[in-house]
Amino acid sequence: MSETTEVAATAQTGAVVSGASASLWSDAWRELCRRVTFWVAVVILFFMGLLAALPSLFTNLGPNGHCDVRQAKQRPASWNPFAAGEHPFGTDSHGCDYWAQMVHGTRAPIVVGFLVTGIALTLAIVLGSLSGYYGRLLDAFLSRVTDIFFGLPLLLGAVVILTAFPSHGMFTESFVLGLLWWPTMTRLMRGQVLSVRDADYVQAARMLGARDLRIMVRHILPNAIAPVFVYAMLNVGVVIGYEATLDYLGVGLQYPTVSWGLQLSQAQEIFTDYPYLLVYPGVFLTATVLSFLLLGDAVRDALDPRLR
Amino acid sequence: MWRYVVRRLLQMVPVLIGTTLLIYLAVFALPGDPIRVLGGDKPMPPAVYNALRHHYHLDEPLIVQYGKYLWGLVHGDFGQTLSGQAVSDVLKTDWSVTARLALTAWIFEMVVGIALGVWAGRRKGGVADTVVLSGTTMVIAIPTFVLAYSAQLLFGLKLGWFPTAGTDDGWPYSYLLPGIVLGSANLAYVARLTRTSLVENFRSDYVRTAVAKGLSRRRVLVRHTLRNSLIPVVTFLGIDLGSLMAGTIVIEGIFNLPGIGGQIFNAIQIKDGPTVVGIATLLVLVYLFANLVVDILYGVLDPRIRYE
Amino acid sequence: MSAPLLEVDDLHIEFRTRGSTVSAVNGLSYTLDEGETLAILGESGSGKSVSAQAVMGILDSPPAHVTKGAVRFRGTDLLGLPEKRRRAYRGARIAMIFQDALSALNPVHRVGDQIAEMLIVHRKMSRGDARKSAVELMDRVRIPSAASRAGDFPHQFSGGMRQRVMIAMALALEPDVLIADEPTTALDVTVQAQIMKLLSELQDEMAMGLILITHDLGVVADVADRIALMYAGRVVEEAGVRDLYARPAHPYAEGLLASVPRIDVRGRALTPIKGAPPNLAAIPAGCPFHPRCPRARDRCSTEVPELRVVSAGADPGAAPAVAGGSAHRSACHYAEEVAGG
Repeated sequence: MSETTEVAATAQTGAVVSGASASLWSDAWRELCRRVTFWVAVVILFFMGLLAALPSLFTNLGPNGHCDVRQAKQRPASWNPFAAGEHPFGTDSHGCDYWAQMVHGTRAPIVVGFLVTGIALTLAIVLGSLSGYYGRLLDAFLSRVTDIFFGLPLLLGAVVILTAFPSHGMFTESFVLGLLWWPTMTRLMRGQVLSVRDADYVQAARMLGARDLRIMVRHILPNAIAPVFVYAMLNVGVVIGYEATLDYLGVGLQYPTVSWGLQLSQAQEIFTDYPYLLVYPGVFLTATVLSFLLLGDAVRDALDPRLR
Repeated sequence: MWRYVVRRLLQMVPVLIGTTLLIYLAVFALPGDPIRVLGGDKPMPPAVYNALRHHYHLDEPLIVQYGKYLWGLVHGDFGQTLSGQAVSDVLKTDWSVTARLALTAWIFEMVVGIALGVWAGRRKGGVADTVVLSGTTMVIAIPTFVLAYSAQLLFGLKLGWFPTAGTDDGWPYSYLLPGIVLGSANLAYVARLTRTSLVENFRSDYVRTAVAKGLSRRRVLVRHTLRNSLIPVVTFLGIDLGSLMAGTIVIEGIFNLPGIGGQIFNAIQIKDGPTVVGIATLLVLVYLFANLVVDILYGVLDPRIRYE
Repeated sequence: MSAPLLEVDDLHIEFRTRGSTVSAVNGLSYTLDEGETLAILGESGSGKSVSAQAVMGILDSPPAHVTKGAVRFRGTDLLGLPEKRRRAYRGARIAMIFQDALSALNPVHRVGDQIAEMLIVHRKMSRGDARKSAVELMDRVRIPSAASRAGDFPHQFSGGMRQRVMIAMALALEPDVLIADEPTTALDVTVQAQIMKLLSELQDEMAMGLILITHDLGVVADVADRIALMYAGRVVEEAGVRDLYARPAHPYAEGLLASVPRIDVRGRALTPIKGAPPNLAAIPAGCPFHPRCPRARDRCSTEVPELRVVSAGADPGAAPAVAGGSAHRSACHYAEEVAGG
């Protein structure tokens, strides 16, 4: 909700100044570069992206590689991860090197985060445009469908639907989360399209005899999409948080996939005695989500001239 | 006014039907045969098997099953769990735990969230503002279950301030730590929303008028800014009850509270369809009623809204 | 001679944002006497509203800062007062009405309560008495069936009625000075006239000084005694209304008059003022108006003209001074030449 309101502010600035958008974006970019938090977030996300894309740069072990149950639950020699030793981050309950697992556990949450965002964004753009542009019956119908999905708490819906699926890969998880993630964005998109639909330049295009599809693609979408896109990107971090929660609950990804959420799930019974099993993936997860949030905050502030 | 309430109640019906249908389909499309699960490892005589299937209406088409379920629901019959207990009985015993937990979280996020938001929003860019903004970003970034385990470790075990599990100490003491954890992410949203709304209202013309009237800072804040600023916050707090209810799925497991959140999670695991649908229906009902109350409250706070 | 009712003296206001400073008001001076109506005229960005906010003490600070100058009310410098004592003047001695009454009135409180609040806070009146007085005030600004309408919310009023509520609220404590910031800009023309008439009637009844801020030459002609014309944050010409209309002594005033149609001078072509209003972050050196001035000479781009009395020699027929002792002043090096022809 709060994001909706805040984004709505961005929305206005985004839509109104589209004529002067070049200077808006370059102003925003300059404003961004001045922010420390922006750079902190970029560095963290770049690092995480590197872990996800090229895990072999950071560990020579494969996922679940060289696990030795006899070496299970070895505490790290010290809290300094750069200290020497075979397992600087310790080992998990199956005796896998915790650092290697964390490196390999990066890819799944990040891929799911973007996949879910992509699926939901696509749904939102299509449904929101149709709903906003054609109005009437179609709008009423789609709005009721949106209501239904709004009425279903996300976590509850995800847990129930995911359990129904026989396989629990990244794509299943992304599909289910994406299916539940679109309503807010769709409402935002619908509102945007509604506000642009009756603008003078759209009326003009209509009077010149442009067809609906052309009006939508050429005139409405470019002016309506920016705030929805910003909102979607702002919330990639939140999706990653949900992904980890589902993994933790045991209805998300399954062994042999490796993810931070699964690591936390595996260790949940023994956190009390081996807190590092909670702390390390927890910190990675939080740092990633936090970076997306900071990035989002920074972009939003930069795009909103009133806050300067 | 009453006509509005009645119309809203009628509007809730299709949403409720849609949501329960969604969950019903997901649950009963679950792979695996609940009757076999019920029988455990022992082979079941075909006659008994068929009788059980008939008893649970499993031999009929899904949509007929759903119709019958809905018919029962209208009469206050939530169906039976697979172990033969009435779902409404299960709800009755576990409901109070979850209601207390969610209420604790809700009160916490409302009181502390609004207070923090006001503290931060009184002076934009001040020390309080910076502290609250960065603190809340941090809290939002930590997934609830990571926060829950961390709080349990730190405040429960290390410091011993709160009981770590169970309901032995009764309300509110046993519910404080889980409630705070459950409410923390939403508290962050409440605080930020209050703050943003306050900052925006401070810029409004009518606050300038209030200052021009020679009112004290305090009176300007309390009488002319706060009430207007709380309008979006109230909306959030209403919608939020739904996500709090869903959050109990995670929290009740970690803090070992015997509520419906833990109950629904177990039911999903053992494919106990009636229980899942029953609890989900209840959660959705709570969410819809909370929304209705918020809409009515909205009109009390903002006289510009008219119920038509 | 006793101190004037209100005196603004060499007021400077800056807006400071990250990386840039904008000078909104640059040495504004004027005086207002009891019962007098001073119109402050200027285009948007000329600093007229900002200076009024500084007089009220309701500048948004930051980003706005008063860097220099004084605002004296009966000789007391308001800018030097601590906030708590300043507050006693606000609303009680100096009151203000705003352009857009819909956004200037609090949407969630009943109008009667918003008026009554003045009396409750400043006069410590009981709630019931204050409500009664609020209804009387609404009656006084000619709101029909005031007693029943006091319980309505701002959005339930028409634009003109809302502005009347605003006026009732401003007049609740019978202030000595009323600042009206574009009070009729948001209204229909017919309603505009009604509101202006009401304002001037109430001013006569209460003998208050009225500062009328506007960009509309037509609004001021009937009601104002004197006009101060602002450009780039300072007064460029100050004169009695008739004097200014008949004998503008600054090219900017001349240009403004030439750009509006007049019923008494028919068959004359309208000439707009060329160029754009000044960029307040980089006000031109010398006379700020010189880039747009048809009469500009070399001297104008280097030497800042002082606001000085226009010598009557150029037009012996003109009255040398209006009641209140104000002469015709202009901030142009060639004021006499402008006034003369």
